[in-house]
Amino acid sequence: MDWQPSAGLDALRERAALMQRTRDFFARRGVLEVDTPLLCSAGVTDPAIENLSVERGASLRRPRYLQSSPEYAMKRLLAAGSGPIWQLAKAFRDGEAGGRHNPEFSLLEWYRPGFDLEQLMAEVAALVLECLGERPVEYTSYRELFRRELGLDPMLADLAELRERARREIDTGNIDGDRDLWLDLLMSHLVEPRLAGRGLCFVFDYPASQAALAQVVPAGDVEIARRFELYVDGMELANGYLELLDAGAQQQRFTADNRKRRERGQPERPLDDFLLAAMEAGMPACSGVAMGFDRLLMLASGRRDIREVLAFDWSRS
Amino acid sequence: MANYSTNDFRPGLKVLLDGEPCSILENEFVKPGKGQAFNRVKLRNLNSGRVWERTFRSGESLEGADVMDRDMQYLYTDGEFWHFMEPDTFEQFQADAKAVGDAHLWLKEQDECIVTLYNGAPLSVTPPNFVELEIVETDPGLKGDTAQGGNKPAKLSTGAVVKVPLFLSNGEVIRVDTRSGEYQGRASKG
Repeated sequence: MDWQPSAGLDALRERAALMQRTRDFFARRGVLEVDTPLLCSAGVTDPAIENLSVERGASLRRPRYLQSSPEYAMKRLLAAGSGPIWQLAKAFRDGEAGGRHNPEFSLLEWYRPGFDLEQLMAEVAALVLECLGERPVEYTSYRELFRRELGLDPMLADLAELRERARREIDTGNIDGDRDLWLDLLMSHLVEPRLAGRGLCFVFDYPASQAALAQVVPAGDVEIARRFELYVDGMELANGYLELLDAGAQQQRFTADNRKRRERGQPERPLDDFLLAAMEAGMPACSGVAMGFDRLLMLASGRRDIREVLAFDWSRS
Repeated sequence: MANYSTNDFRPGLKVLLDGEPCSILENEFVKPGKGQAFNRVKLRNLNSGRVWERTFRSGESLEGADVMDRDMQYLYTDGEFWHFMEPDTFEQFQADAKAVGDAHLWLKEQDECIVTLYNGAPLSVTPPNFVELEIVETDPGLKGDTAQGGNKPAKLSTGAVVKVPLFLSNGEVIRVDTRSGEYQGRASKG
């Protein structure tokens, strides 16, 4: 029986040091550390994320969901007047396992009332540079990035053009789907690898169809989602939003997600009525971000595989 | 055969892709945080030997391929086919030139090798890592020249040509690494 940890003890010491550094960072900035439940009555509607659930137990009237991120609970704290908050939480995503994924992982998530996306990106950069040491930082819009790396306009190119471009460079077999599928393929297969060796790359202002829980605003000839992703050494590290505040719009997105789930044959998810009620009561204007803490540790310690920074990876836990 | 989903893809798994038997070499899970999940899979086509990369939607599945490696004894060739036997069952198999490929350069009668079967028929043949073969044609040996470098081509009983040290002559038996085709030394006297 291989009972030994998947990470070396030196990696575990580096994890402890990184956690301490993170605590210090937020303490200095007056951001409150919080701790929200992992097992909740509502799951996530996002069709790209599947929850794990707990089905049986005397305390359960219905199945409960292991949280894929502490987002909904933290937004309820914001609506209750918490002010800026942060959390290092365990999160769970079904079916995500590989060199950069583990179904159970650590998310560093924080919310900043009164911050716009630019202020939050600057704070993310400050934390990451403190953990990794000095590196160049660049900011590129999603549209500009696609134009620069692929010579394609991701906002206006039609489905056939995106598909043709992907199929020319990637053997995609019989994969087919909507514009977003082809944009995701181009991003993950062709664009991401070209961000390696460029330091911290913030990509911001995504297509409106990929808004998730970010605000959508008009920008010239198109609409954009006020969202950013941070890539370091070609690896996606963090995902931030100018948060949607309107309860009605939030409910529409949940419903649209469930419609997409139905079309794709995925289970629909109950809406989080707690979150909707909190947003109805009023959430302060804010920006928020979720960062893969295990990946931050991979970058800080120069390790290429997530299993090398987890005490016990999925196969050993 | 069973179906395997992208979650089950492990190096060494044999699957059918576009009707061809393939062996999985690598499987990388790729997923943008807010986007759709894919698996980038590197495979070897066991018919052609070609290696390439195909992207699947995560959760897609492929049919397993009935491919297995069996230890067999090489018997003889009749010029068109190479004949092998399973030592336990005495069951015989014949492989054509395409399946045998370059392995014929290293096959000596009675030697053990690995025959890969696809749907029960030989798909490829892997010779032992080391074989001992007789030199049948080389320049005369230089007496006393055992320490100096330098080498010469020597043709072996199977038709393979390898580089050997200058002191070796016809009739001597040498040990060869079949993966690199390199001379390893004189065979131990039996």
